[in-house]
Amino acid sequence: MVQITLRNLAHSYRANPQTEADYALKQMDHVWQDGGAYALLGASGCGKTTLLNIISGLIKPSHGRVLFGDTDVTQADTAARNIAQVFQFPVVYDTMTVRDNLAFPLRNRGKDAAYVKARVDQIAAMIGMEAMLARKARGLTADAKQKISLGRGMVREDVNAILFDEPLTVIDPQMKWELRTQLKSLHRDFGHTMIYVTHDQIEALTFADKVVVMHEGRVVQMGTPEELFEAPAHTFVGYFIGSPGMNFLDATVSGRSARLAGGHEIDLGADHGAPSGRVQLGVRPEYALLADGEGLDLSIRRVEDVGRHRIVRAEIDARPFDIVIPEGVEIPAQPRLTFAPGKINVYADDWRVAPNAGAA
Amino acid sequence: MRMKTSPWVMTLYILFLLVPIYWLVNMSLKDNTEITSTFTIIPRHLTFENYRTILTDPSWYMGYVNSIIYVVENTVISIAVALPAAYAFSRYTFMGDKHLFFWLLTNRMSPPAVFALPFFQLYSSIGLFDTHIAVALAHCLFNVPLAVWILEGFMRGVPKEIDETAYIDGYGFGRFFVRIFMPLIASGIGVTAFFCFMFSWVELLLSRTLTSVNAKPIAAVMTRTVSASGMDWGVLAAAGVLTLVPGALVIWFVRNYIAKGFALGRV
Amino acid sequence: MDKIQNNRAWFLVLPVLVIVAFSAVIPLMTVVNYSVNDTFGSNDFFWAGLEWFQDAVTSDRIHEALGRQVLFSGIILAIEVPLGIFIALNMPRQGFWSSLCLVLMALPLLIPFNVVGTIWQIFGRVDIGLLGHTLAALGIDYNYVSDPLAAWITVVVMDVWHWTSLVALLCYAGLQSIPGAFYQAAKIDQASRWSVFRFIELPKMRGVLLIAVLLRFMDSFMIYTEPFVVTGGGPGNSTTFLSIDLVKQAIGQFDLGPAAAFSIMYFLVILLISWVFYTVMTNLDRDGGN
Repeated sequence: MVQITLRNLAHSYRANPQTEADYALKQMDHVWQDGGAYALLGASGCGKTTLLNIISGLIKPSHGRVLFGDTDVTQADTAARNIAQVFQFPVVYDTMTVRDNLAFPLRNRGKDAAYVKARVDQIAAMIGMEAMLARKARGLTADAKQKISLGRGMVREDVNAILFDEPLTVIDPQMKWELRTQLKSLHRDFGHTMIYVTHDQIEALTFADKVVVMHEGRVVQMGTPEELFEAPAHTFVGYFIGSPGMNFLDATVSGRSARLAGGHEIDLGADHGAPSGRVQLGVRPEYALLADGEGLDLSIRRVEDVGRHRIVRAEIDARPFDIVIPEGVEIPAQPRLTFAPGKINVYADDWRVAPNAGAA
Repeated sequence: MRMKTSPWVMTLYILFLLVPIYWLVNMSLKDNTEITSTFTIIPRHLTFENYRTILTDPSWYMGYVNSIIYVVENTVISIAVALPAAYAFSRYTFMGDKHLFFWLLTNRMSPPAVFALPFFQLYSSIGLFDTHIAVALAHCLFNVPLAVWILEGFMRGVPKEIDETAYIDGYGFGRFFVRIFMPLIASGIGVTAFFCFMFSWVELLLSRTLTSVNAKPIAAVMTRTVSASGMDWGVLAAAGVLTLVPGALVIWFVRNYIAKGFALGRV
Repeated sequence: MDKIQNNRAWFLVLPVLVIVAFSAVIPLMTVVNYSVNDTFGSNDFFWAGLEWFQDAVTSDRIHEALGRQVLFSGIILAIEVPLGIFIALNMPRQGFWSSLCLVLMALPLLIPFNVVGTIWQIFGRVDIGLLGHTLAALGIDYNYVSDPLAAWITVVVMDVWHWTSLVALLCYAGLQSIPGAFYQAAKIDQASRWSVFRFIELPKMRGVLLIAVLLRFMDSFMIYTEPFVVTGGGPGNSTTFLSIDLVKQAIGQFDLGPAAAFSIMYFLVILLISWVFYTVMTNLDRDGGN
């Protein structure tokens, strides 16, 4: 188990990358802590699979280095990196029994039979397939096969890291929940470094200690679920995380106050200096409040009841704006919009502008 | 990522395939004296005389024309009748479908030698002996089952929802089949045409039995190089080389689908 | 895919039915007619019952031809299948070289059978052929016209030359359908090259290999033109396979009755093999292809 360092890493599938657009992966510097559970989250085509393949050694990066602990493994191939990987679609050896499938990585490494048996039994219990150990893998359902793949990924105890490439795509929704919980508890028990690629924010937020959000070949934010929610570093993170996503309003900001396009003034609660470029305010629907009296004028289009809360689809200056209202709270007859103090983020050209803590 | 491949294996194998063909080409570019009296790896006196002989003598080049005519006729007939049948097999179950499919398959497996004589009598009795269409129809014996089989494999890969959507949108069967379905399996049709062409082009026994003069295929014409003055090796070799050309052209067009086609659309 | 029960589908099959019936059923009836009759030319037939069948079953000549046929099919399968797999494993997977290899490999498959024969007839001749000449120069006694062993070797090598590509291309198609993830997983599992072949590649090739084996078996069992052009069935009868023998009887000697009886039994053998083939194929399809 090691700490993974990406140093000046970048990758282009082209031979001679010229512009930034030629890079599938733009330059990045990151340290992935030993024993962390990471989720790599992003829309398809954002470069998350490329990044995973670089870490697993399937792709040699065109620039920069990958370090496992202090060892430079940039040029080392997959086998030398001692990692395990679970793929999007089940990869099982059809002609082997389930037991042989699970034992395969151990036997190839010359582990003794008693240990292999004990370990396979343990893993089989974990993925709930003790009863099927003697069966051939051929003809099992996709669910069962993917569980075998997961089991084979976790059967080795000494791996540096376990990589998951959208492993639950083919699994039934309720099974998904169960397997994710098991992965989580496995992580607690063994402390492997785990990297979990997904495009599903729920999966990412429930599995990971730290979520790495990628957008257009760039890591836009690496943080805890709470950080992603409260202070998205990039407008994409705002959109992508949360349901519905963050609202953005064009504004001009100077110091503590912001002026919206419609002329309304808002107190930001902290000094943000004088950002230039395209300046936007980002407000989570959860932190927008509807009240009588003071506040921003808006028109409500419709209200959706999604169970525990309601979503108000509204418009401000002909731009959509969503508000989440907890159950049991009435929508006022003459609604005005205010924002929870200190919950407004400021963005300049899509990147978050941190408030000046000292000069309040 | 794939396993490593050795370029040596391929090089040796391709050499093994090409050397005999090279020798044929080599011989076709020599005159008979050089062929029989000396042994030269590269023609010493390069001559195109053998090709000129073939391309200027109607009894030679008509052999190619005849072959091409019946091969094309056969390909068109085979695909035309196989398309609806393959659709039926891939989409519906009907009474006796499995037996029918099996029976079709057995025809692909039946030895032409068994059919040579009966064909001769059949086509003679209905006055089709020595016509192109007789050979084309005879070759349907093995090409139609093959065409049904390959097309069925490709059609199975097209989701049934597409048919249903088209019917709901008010397409009739004919219009749907031609306008929507056939473009979807265009590569399958191409591959099938390739195989019909191939098997009809390479077959000799039936085509020789069913023709005498007017529709005589090139393969049969080639046997006449044996004459009183001995073998005319140069012309024989040149004729052989010319039979490679249509095949090579056809392969080039379907090269991206060859592998899938050889698996009969079932990969 | 769940298919719809629809007997009107018969209309779609009708054209095929008509054309195949015309080219298969009518001739087959003729053959059956011949097989149970005796004829002295023209159109005089005499009922001969099962006499021809008895002759055929007890004929030494046919037994020998059958023996040679089985031996020949056995040998070429034993060479072509492993060689085809080996070639397929070593084919470049993409790009220009892959296309070039595919085209070159398919080339022998599109040569008319008699030209294949001609190519090898010339190639093996001691006086004008590269192979024969080279072997003679090396002091090896090789003459396929007079030496049965040399004739056999020539015919077998010719078939390997002609058809190994078919097996290789089929296997290649099977290999191409293996997702890259399987190879990655094997690498991570530290599987040996042999394990990758044994547990990933071979199982995925099972379906296409079956097609390959059966096609090759069938076609080699019916082989006529190529060996006929090279050896004419000789020297002696040493390369007279079933089809060659049949054509000799039917067209050469015009022994229609015996030839027809022989044809029918030949056909029944093929039918039996086809049935095995078909059953295995449909079972495979039900398993989900591979």
